[in-house]
Amino acid sequence: MSRLRRAGGRLRALFTGRSLDEELDDELAAHIDLAVDAYIERGMTAEQARRRAMIEFGGIQQAREHHREARGFMHFDILLQDLKYTLRTLGRDPGFTAIAVLILALAIGANIAVFSVVNTLMLRPLPFPHAQQLVWIAPPPTKCGLSCATYSTDAYDEFRAGSRSYQDVTGYFAFSSAGNLSLKLGSAPVTATSIDVIANFFPLLGVQPAIGRVFTEDDARNGASPVILLSNAWWKRQFNADPNIVGKAFDMNGHQTTVIGVLRASFDFGAVFAPGTKVDAITPLNLYGPPRDWGNIITLIGRLKPGVSLAQARNDAERVAPTMCWNNKQPQTCGDYKGAVVPVPLKDYISGKLRRALVVLWCAVGAILLIACVNLSNLLLARSAARSKEFAMRGALGASRGRIVRQLMTESLILSGAGAGFGLLLAFTLVGWLANQGAIALPLLGTLRIDGAALGWTVLIAVSAAVLFGLMPGLRMAGGNLHESLKDTSAGSGHSRKHERIRSILVVSEVALACMLLVGAGLLLRSFMHVLDVDLGFQPERSAAIKVDYDDSVPPGSPDGASIQKRTAIFQQVLSRVGAIPGVEASGIVDYLPLSQNRAWGLPFPKGVKRPEGIDNGPLVYVVTQGYLRAMGTGLRGRDFAWSDGPKSEPVVMINQSFARFLANYANWPNRDPVGQLLSSGPNNDLRVVGVVDDVHEENVDGEAGWQIYYPATQAGPSGAELVVRTTLPPAVLANTVLRTLRDLNPQQPLAEFIPIQSLVDHANSPRRFFMFLVAAFAGLGLLLAALGIYGVISYTVTRQTQEIGIRMALGASAHLVERQVLMSTLRLTLVGVSLGAFASLATAKLIASLLFATSPWDGVTYVAMAAALLAVAALSGYIPARRAARISPMVALRAN
Amino acid sequence: MPSSSKLDLLQGTLDLMVLQTLTAMGSLHGYGIARRIEQVSGNQVLLNQGTIYASLVRLEQRGWIKSEWGISGNNRKAKFYSITKAGRRQLAVDARHWERLTGVMDRVLGMGKDAGEAIGESENPA
Repeated sequence: MSRLRRAGGRLRALFTGRSLDEELDDELAAHIDLAVDAYIERGMTAEQARRRAMIEFGGIQQAREHHREARGFMHFDILLQDLKYTLRTLGRDPGFTAIAVLILALAIGANIAVFSVVNTLMLRPLPFPHAQQLVWIAPPPTKCGLSCATYSTDAYDEFRAGSRSYQDVTGYFAFSSAGNLSLKLGSAPVTATSIDVIANFFPLLGVQPAIGRVFTEDDARNGASPVILLSNAWWKRQFNADPNIVGKAFDMNGHQTTVIGVLRASFDFGAVFAPGTKVDAITPLNLYGPPRDWGNIITLIGRLKPGVSLAQARNDAERVAPTMCWNNKQPQTCGDYKGAVVPVPLKDYISGKLRRALVVLWCAVGAILLIACVNLSNLLLARSAARSKEFAMRGALGASRGRIVRQLMTESLILSGAGAGFGLLLAFTLVGWLANQGAIALPLLGTLRIDGAALGWTVLIAVSAAVLFGLMPGLRMAGGNLHESLKDTSAGSGHSRKHERIRSILVVSEVALACMLLVGAGLLLRSFMHVLDVDLGFQPERSAAIKVDYDDSVPPGSPDGASIQKRTAIFQQVLSRVGAIPGVEASGIVDYLPLSQNRAWGLPFPKGVKRPEGIDNGPLVYVVTQGYLRAMGTGLRGRDFAWSDGPKSEPVVMINQSFARFLANYANWPNRDPVGQLLSSGPNNDLRVVGVVDDVHEENVDGEAGWQIYYPATQAGPSGAELVVRTTLPPAVLANTVLRTLRDLNPQQPLAEFIPIQSLVDHANSPRRFFMFLVAAFAGLGLLLAALGIYGVISYTVTRQTQEIGIRMALGASAHLVERQVLMSTLRLTLVGVSLGAFASLATAKLIASLLFATSPWDGVTYVAMAAALLAVAALSGYIPARRAARISPMVALRAN
Repeated sequence: MPSSSKLDLLQGTLDLMVLQTLTAMGSLHGYGIARRIEQVSGNQVLLNQGTIYASLVRLEQRGWIKSEWGISGNNRKAKFYSITKAGRRQLAVDARHWERLTGVMDRVLGMGKDAGEAIGESENPA
């Protein structure tokens, strides 16, 4: 009760503070008057009495302070007072305030943005309910690409039935290619990308539609009428967000397909499972239709039962794997999946590879914050040196040491608060921009946003920054000897020298940090340049691809090879028409472009040679027409396919160099040359090798090229057609002509995009580019801040030594000598910082070793270049104060004080 | 008068003095309280009169004293304080606590003078 009343009293005191102060003043005045009266009564003069009364009373101001302290929310009172005072002082020095806030805004903004990225990719759970239960089920990485990372429908059924660890297992068709959906709206068809998923896909992930419903088992049965789910983005873009879309049917790939629902904007298939690609629609995968015998086509995703650990799930998978068959009708394929069924947390699969890069990024941005804090500390020290007398005066008037520190801390908090405010704006812009960078192949980028966690992080770093940069100058200031400060009118006394030493230490540490950042950025930059230099096995410049629609279906009962003949005719016509377009140098057709998708068909082996045990991964398969290699700029030894390689002539293939080298180890080929030799791909299935092709980077730019085999589209069945055109003109110029030609030949040809091959390479390099760009930007910022710091310190030193320099010049030192001395002291500081930074870099370079490509983490060139850059910048920032020092006129300097 | 001969006040003792003064004198203004304490202590207490006001506001917020503006004997407007019921209860508690404390202090400090006898006695019960 009494506590309550007391709190009430204090609260009242807070709001009526002014009148309480006035009342107290009245009371104190009355006290003095009463005392004066009493002394006068005792015979003193009025003046003596007043003096006596004042002495007896002690300090009026102290009494007021004590009174306030006893009665009110003292801290709050002081805070308000400090706030007012701080805003006034900062307002008096707008230059300092602006620079400080700008530095902090840059550093804090970068930190918030990077935190948002880290949070989205690494810290936050995936955007599904109970996401920790979700696992990705795949074999350990192998050479044969997607075909070895997927499972057959039989294997899926067996795994789903045999495992005990899962609530359910689902999957999707891994081989859908971009632009596989042709939607007929009005006259011209539109292409889109759709993915086939197993019917239980959405219930398993826990994803609800925005409108309509998700798939049921019935949608995926044989003979079910075709249905489709639209992505939120496509629904808005293509269907104008039609709220009555559900139930409407459209002609898609020639079938009337009913829209059964629209997904929420928060679910983006591409963002989670295929970073950097956009998926417009989802269709149900009929497990019991034609895909039954397509081999490995399904990627598996499981949801663990509650309480089942990953280790248990692994053991369970090991138990089930031997019972899974590639094809139930071929008992010899049972057990093919032994050791190839490994569940990993879905999150690890999606963002695990990025962890190291994210940690490095986080460190880099943390270093930026540190540098900014050091800079601020330095600025505040310089400022506090100028204010030391003010504080000494306040101390003399009774302000306690804690009170002064509190005042200074308020100042730092206000600065960092303002910095955080602007930083947040900056981060909002950055994050908004990043979230729309669909072309960067990073997962979940679209879900990037500044959320509660990011705001919390902002507050945390703002406060820690304030403590970091504010506490030291604060303590120094408040700890300063009162008398010394008041006396310290002439520069160069002990106190200032101590200041200067601290500032030098700060600058050295700042330079060291900037040096580490620069070295890191330099290493990443060099790696990136090496990546750009990689011989991809094809020449992406002036090459572009467009998806071609064709129909090679033939009525049932047609003779063997009728479909191939139809397709050959179509392709031949397309290539002859496109090849005739002026500016087209070469053209050809392939089913899978490099750096996009791939598949494998088993392992052809030299004829008559026994295949060794244990190798069952086959080369990646590309089905191409003649001219494709030339259109891609891929080198070839031997001959290209020809239209004459038909279904009735001898089956031919081309293989790449890696595969040729591998096979040559087993075969008895003259000169180890496979050209002209026969490979066996099963009983009565011999393939004549007609050419050896350069290794093409099929999956990534910075990895090793694997085995590849090329089949002619005139003999084998392609899974689509990408027309590749090599031009003498920029590809974009030809886009319309090529599309018109295709439309001429086939009115069904959808409005597909003419994709420069370079963009495939850029897409594959985008994560590396992204990280390199960010780290380089941070290094640049660090360099700038370090330069500012150096400039600040040297400039301050010169100002402080004006008199000394003046005397020396009066005694005969030349301007040149003075300038050189200032520059030398700058370089000395920098050199110490650079040495420390280089040493620290050497020690920590291992951290980024795994992010580098063909670059040693101790790459000498980078270290030397970065040290030189830092020294140059330091010299530049020391040059301005050095010039100023050299121009000091002795007379003016000596008269100044 | 050199200040070193004066007693520095222990934490919290001023509050107790104020409560006791108000109990003895009834309603009194700040100057009056300060003077009274100085007089009673025989000018042995080192009291910046100003510090009394922090004590007064503290006691008032706790509800142990109350105040109102009035006119002093020599016709000056001043704020008069008087003790409340709760204040009297608190004074009783604090006074008892203080007496116990001084009793203990007396005994502890008195230990040196007759310690020998006391220990001697207890060591030879026979």
